[in-house]
Amino acid sequence: MEEKLINPRPTVLADRPTHYCPGCHHGTAHKLVAQCLEEMNLVQDTICIGSIGCSVFIYNYILVDTVEAPHGRAPAVATGVKRARPDKFVFTYQGDGDLASIGLAEIMHCANRGERVSVVFVNNTVYGMTGGQMAPTTMVGQKTTTCPKGRSAEKEGMPIKMAEIIAGLGGTAYSARVAVNNIKNLTKAKKALKKAFTAQIQGVGFGFVEILAACPTNWKMSPIQANERIEKEMIPYFPLGEFKDRVSEAK
Amino acid sequence: MEKEKKIFIKGNEAICHGALAAECRCYFGYPITPQNDIPEFMSRALPEAGGEFVQAESEIAAANMLLGAAACGVRAMTSSSSPGISLKQEAISYMAGSELPAVIVNMNRGGPGLGDIGPSQGDYFQATKGGGHGDYRLLVLAPGTVQEAYDLTIKAFDLAFAYRNPVMILGDAILGQMKEPITPWKPSPVDPGEGQEWRLEGARGRKQRILKSLYLEDGALAGHNLNLKEKYARMEKECAWEEFMAEDADLIVVAYGSIGRIAKSTIRKLRKEGHKIGLIRPITLFPFPKKPLQELAREGKRFLTIEHNLGQMVEDVRLSICGLAKSDFYGHLPGNLPTPNDFEQPILQALKNES
Repeated sequence: MEEKLINPRPTVLADRPTHYCPGCHHGTAHKLVAQCLEEMNLVQDTICIGSIGCSVFIYNYILVDTVEAPHGRAPAVATGVKRARPDKFVFTYQGDGDLASIGLAEIMHCANRGERVSVVFVNNTVYGMTGGQMAPTTMVGQKTTTCPKGRSAEKEGMPIKMAEIIAGLGGTAYSARVAVNNIKNLTKAKKALKKAFTAQIQGVGFGFVEILAACPTNWKMSPIQANERIEKEMIPYFPLGEFKDRVSEAK
Repeated sequence: MEKEKKIFIKGNEAICHGALAAECRCYFGYPITPQNDIPEFMSRALPEAGGEFVQAESEIAAANMLLGAAACGVRAMTSSSSPGISLKQEAISYMAGSELPAVIVNMNRGGPGLGDIGPSQGDYFQATKGGGHGDYRLLVLAPGTVQEAYDLTIKAFDLAFAYRNPVMILGDAILGQMKEPITPWKPSPVDPGEGQEWRLEGARGRKQRILKSLYLEDGALAGHNLNLKEKYARMEKECAWEEFMAEDADLIVVAYGSIGRIAKSTIRKLRKEGHKIGLIRPITLFPFPKKPLQELAREGKRFLTIEHNLGQMVEDVRLSICGLAKSDFYGHLPGNLPTPNDFEQPILQALKNES
């Protein structure tokens, strides 16, 4: 019987060894984005906005034209790119410290203006590259290097739910939260990315996909334990689903 | 170069007219006094010219929008005033590091901190010595008249693209709010594709392009910074200054922008009274016109730097003449507007000062 690869590596994804830690989901998220760009025939017209943190090297993996943005500012850079070249497909790729903390103003106003850009938001509840400090998305009780006794709701507030916040803004066409911890969720994640991208292509508005992802190194877990944590701890607090979908309504 | 009919406008508006003549197609800004005429003008004029105007949520966002448009090779500008320029510095440093061409206007007001909304030259260090983090320079142009604000804005776009570097126009509240008749002119049309093998437009039929300032491999940042250093050295040939009655002068006043212009009025008056005083008005603050100052110093002239601050450019003047001549400083403090009369006594005093 002939073998059929059901999840092939897209050619826009570089064929090179990863620099991400074992069990990290950035590689998985990169692959999903690359598959969507290729399947939607966007590769040739894409401008990617890289940001700060582990994912800054996105341009080493997804081989599209890319500009680096300062910490948190990717949605503003994306606005400038899209206003200068409205004919191009523009997306940012940001982590939780980047988007939900220092870049909160930029992401909210970009969404509120309804910029025709797409944002891929990787939420692993921790600052990865800088060594595992507390993020705005760190779970209550989760220990990090800057909340060694665990995040406390009284002192540090509750983990911020970005997909719901973004859904509430007028310019948002699509906002969803997905996870990449199992095959079923991966399939849904890809569908969500395609809808967010469609929101831009069809000019409906701003598209946002929050991806719940694992950081086994900073969580001090094995990749399998990290996957289980997503299912047992993160998803109950950060529910998966579509919080706004004007793309389907527009059809 | 095609000359047009005279118009009577403010310095802030002249910058907008110049930007439009230079085919600026994107403007990103945030309101702050005393430069609000610029975003107000651009919000009307730029859409009419087929461009994009965005009032950003902050100066930080505006500067990063500028970074994005610059990465596409589009002629783009932002403007602000002192505290706002401080907020833009992060993006300006990234643009310098990623070698992106952009025009940034600073209509300098009084500081530090919130200061006041009156004119000042307190941002000279910030403009010419980097301003943001890292080892970099901006080209800095300092117009002294409304006509020059128009001319130098056109030049700023050309320089930004010639060197792939951010260019700052450093004006102040006097220049921004002053109205004068100017003669606009149209520069040659721009070919947006020419020499822009670096701009982002989607990797259609070619390898990806990456615009970045991150260099982690061994020696990579050193190599990058050396290239930048060579670029800054090449900028030396852009040095520009105005020389006024310097040849037979005993004392050379060095002053830039609005203060240079006011000092010129004082010198005119004192010349009539028989005092041999001349002026060097730097037009480029980086690169700084060292050579003309050195030559005058070798001729045995004395120097007086006048600034609207506690003394900043005077350091560059003293480095330029490097012990060759005696150099004094007079700083008019921000918070009030100097008149030509204010500079009379300091100039006469400097003329008397023997080393």
